[in-house]
Amino acid sequence: MMDFSTPPYLLQERISVRRVMVQVLLALLPGVAAYVWLIGPGIVVQLVIATLTALAGEALMLGLRRKPLALFLSDGSAIVTAWLIALSFPPLAPWWLIVVGTLLAIVVAKHLYGGLGQNPFNPAMVAFAACIVSFPALMSQWPALGLKLGFLEQLQIIAGLAPRIDVMSGATPLDALKTALKLSDGSIDVPTLLATQEVFGNFAGRGWEWVAGGYLLGGLYLWQRKLISWHAPFGFILGLSLLAAALWAWNPQQFANPLFHLFSGGALLGAFFIVTDPVSGCTTPKGKLIFGLLAGLLAYIIRVFGGFPDGVAFAVLLMNLCVPLIDMYSQPPVFGLKDEP
Amino acid sequence: MSRVRDFHGKATRMLQRLFSFKGGVKPQTHKTPSVQEPIAIAPLPSRLYVPLHQSIGGAANPLVEVGERVRKGQVIGGADAWLSAAAHASTSGTVLAIEEHLAAHPSGLPTLSVVIEPDGRDEWVERTPLDHRSLPPEQVREALRDAGVVGLGGAVFPSHAKLTTAAGVAVEELVINGAECEPYMSCDDVLMRERAEEIVRGIAIFRDLLAARQVLIGIEDNKPEAVAAMQQAVEQVGEDYQVVAVPTRYPAGGAKQLIRVLTGKEVPASKRSTELGVQCFNVATVYSAYRALAFGEPVISRIVTLAGNLERPRNWEVRLGTPLRDLLALGRPKADTDRYLMGGPMMGFALPSLDAPVVKASNCIIAASPTMFAPSPPEMPCIRCGACAEVCPHELQPFELYWFSRARNFGKTQEYHLFDCIECGCCSYVCPSHIPLVQYFRFAKSEIWSREREKNGADAAKARFELRNAREEREQAEKAARLAKGAAARAAEKQARAVVAVEPATADSAADSAADSAVSVASPPLKPVDAPAPVAAIAPASPAPPEAPAPELDAEAIKKATIVAAMERARAQRAAVQPRNTDQLTVEQKRQLAAVDARRAALQAEELEEAAERGAARASVETPKQVEKQGRTAE
Repeated sequence: MMDFSTPPYLLQERISVRRVMVQVLLALLPGVAAYVWLIGPGIVVQLVIATLTALAGEALMLGLRRKPLALFLSDGSAIVTAWLIALSFPPLAPWWLIVVGTLLAIVVAKHLYGGLGQNPFNPAMVAFAACIVSFPALMSQWPALGLKLGFLEQLQIIAGLAPRIDVMSGATPLDALKTALKLSDGSIDVPTLLATQEVFGNFAGRGWEWVAGGYLLGGLYLWQRKLISWHAPFGFILGLSLLAAALWAWNPQQFANPLFHLFSGGALLGAFFIVTDPVSGCTTPKGKLIFGLLAGLLAYIIRVFGGFPDGVAFAVLLMNLCVPLIDMYSQPPVFGLKDEP
Repeated sequence: MSRVRDFHGKATRMLQRLFSFKGGVKPQTHKTPSVQEPIAIAPLPSRLYVPLHQSIGGAANPLVEVGERVRKGQVIGGADAWLSAAAHASTSGTVLAIEEHLAAHPSGLPTLSVVIEPDGRDEWVERTPLDHRSLPPEQVREALRDAGVVGLGGAVFPSHAKLTTAAGVAVEELVINGAECEPYMSCDDVLMRERAEEIVRGIAIFRDLLAARQVLIGIEDNKPEAVAAMQQAVEQVGEDYQVVAVPTRYPAGGAKQLIRVLTGKEVPASKRSTELGVQCFNVATVYSAYRALAFGEPVISRIVTLAGNLERPRNWEVRLGTPLRDLLALGRPKADTDRYLMGGPMMGFALPSLDAPVVKASNCIIAASPTMFAPSPPEMPCIRCGACAEVCPHELQPFELYWFSRARNFGKTQEYHLFDCIECGCCSYVCPSHIPLVQYFRFAKSEIWSREREKNGADAAKARFELRNAREEREQAEKAARLAKGAAARAAEKQARAVVAVEPATADSAADSAADSAVSVASPPLKPVDAPAPVAAIAPASPAPPEAPAPELDAEAIKKATIVAAMERARAQRAAVQPRNTDQLTVEQKRQLAAVDARRAALQAEELEEAAERGAARASVETPKQVEKQGRTAE
């Protein structure tokens, strides 16, 4: 009766990687619901395409790497990546763009680095950054507001069966603001723009502000369930808002207020679902705070002063590079050794 | 956060200010079933297998022989070193064997054990109660060691070795650990409920030895009966100990955690707790120390919780050496029991077989079934979620330690304080990837230890090699010096001869005086048998030719006289020496001693005979070497 089982024998009621991932997907649902309601049902198609591609890519790579298929396919991590890609890409992007992005994330950013738990960069952000550099036009085509397309029409556009009509090549609220400011060359100020242009809503982009609100809600749920700690999101929001507030206070005519920035683009999706990624982020409490803070600052700088419509992806990737360094220098003191230097 | 002093101030907690430790988990306790009935005495088994190694430190040496009759409480294994503890017969009977027997250890390896067949009379050895107040502390510590008192919380660290204070640090608090945080376990709980007074009286031994200023008894607040019993006993005995209910959170019963909760002090792995002016003992240890001193009863039994998948969970007072099979029969395991654990479900281990006996570390035996403890799901990769770091009571980063252990980067594991890990299992308990983290840490620790041993071995070999080289060099140098000196002496001799040839009269007188001094030496030390002393003494004195100049011969004579005197002194010293440390000899040692004594007696008889023949003066200067030689020639 030789028994090599190991303690502890008493295990917590089944917590697992899968459960963690399922909770993350659940937390994304409020945002997805707002997306479907306010922007259009096409996102559902994108979510499905991304999910299937991710699972196929994952299965392929697991097969090549001779890893247990069922165990890793069911852990849900690939689905989370897929959803984050779908939610950060333009909702009416052609199907192959989502497929390319997802495969890039799963095959290159995840499995070529060693699979689950080993990737130094956030796979979804790798996909976004690679695609926006490679396909800048397609990645900037956001449906113009007021473009009320039915589910079938959206499906046809995504599938490439319908022409990509001009009206849908709108811009994100962030892009719209930046372009308008550049074009007007100082003759028009931010408050006027926000008040007059149709693309802007109550405090950020029309419709999008509520999608961002959905992410915030989901993020708070994750925090309440102790699946994420407050450090990274708080740091990110703080970094972004501090810089935004400073510039806004200095020149409100040229710079949008912090609230606008928080609820625009990928800020809140990033704050709660991207910078909280444990694999590619910092692990110590202090490290998470620093990671979030710097990512927030970088995101603002890139989105306001850079050439891309949003800066979250690049900010996160840059910070991913700094993780080992930050972790090394932010090790918390150990029990009984707190007085030592 | 841990620096914040949490104040759990309630009137019932006697205004004791409590601190908190970071991390920890709250598993279900499952303690109720085993405390429904009082402690019962387990029946005498048909065989007892008492392992000689039941504590941290050196294994005890067997002091009995096969076939010998032993009595209950008789020392059958003597403490091997300072860090060791004695082993005792747990009943009276006959020693059937001293052999390797399966031990209660996860390795399933055997250990040297004394097999006793009980005679049913349960006859005590002579017991001598001691009053620790009337003895010097050193003797109390020795008494505890020889009574086999070790930490009964499970660590089995010899208690006497924890009873010395650090230089220059007074012991502020003595912490008595009745927290018992492991699920299922209730042996300390029932002990405190039923034998509180003995525990309270026993505390005085430890308090006095450490000169502790304050005694704090910590009990998890899920044991209100034990808290009440202890409080009542403290009042009854009239001590000023504080009984403190501490919040139930695993591992509050870890010595370092309880010290933290009760005193706010954090003891790192690199320090002994006495260096911070605090020491901690388990309640069962205190109880056994009290029985050992006040009644002269060594540790021959302990309370064992039988829990889990049993018809009848309960606490039993079990004789050490009782086979687990016999013990578990008392609890009647249910049909689907598939394995048995020793210790709690957080830190315990699966027993290799029920043939293993109950030992001092056996605080709890849990019958487990697949439904009770589901098999651990397959291990997944670490996703660095940090859940382990949140619950680590020592505030380590277990996932970092895991990465480094996996990569065999042992230097880094030590940098990340691997040796501060107490292996409580909280990290494994919460890991969503089901990684057996503690096993990785144990692996890393044992690898580091074995490498250190190898390194020490290599260092020792290097030192030996260098020493040998140095010695050879020195010997060569000495030889060269001797040769040079010899050459010089020969040259001097030549010169002297030349002088003698010129002045023979002077030489004669010199030879006379040399002969005088040679005769005055009673007997030369060398070659007394082959070359009788007078001849040897006279030989160099023969007038022609004088082999050595007179002053040199004089020096030689003085040297000889000194040697004779030293031998005489040594002989007197030998005669005066009394044998020591012979009260606890192993059987093997006794046999060797007897053989030596017999040889010595024979030699002494012979020596006397010869002395009679040659006269007292001659015999009195013979060295043992000569005696031995004579003995051999006689044979």
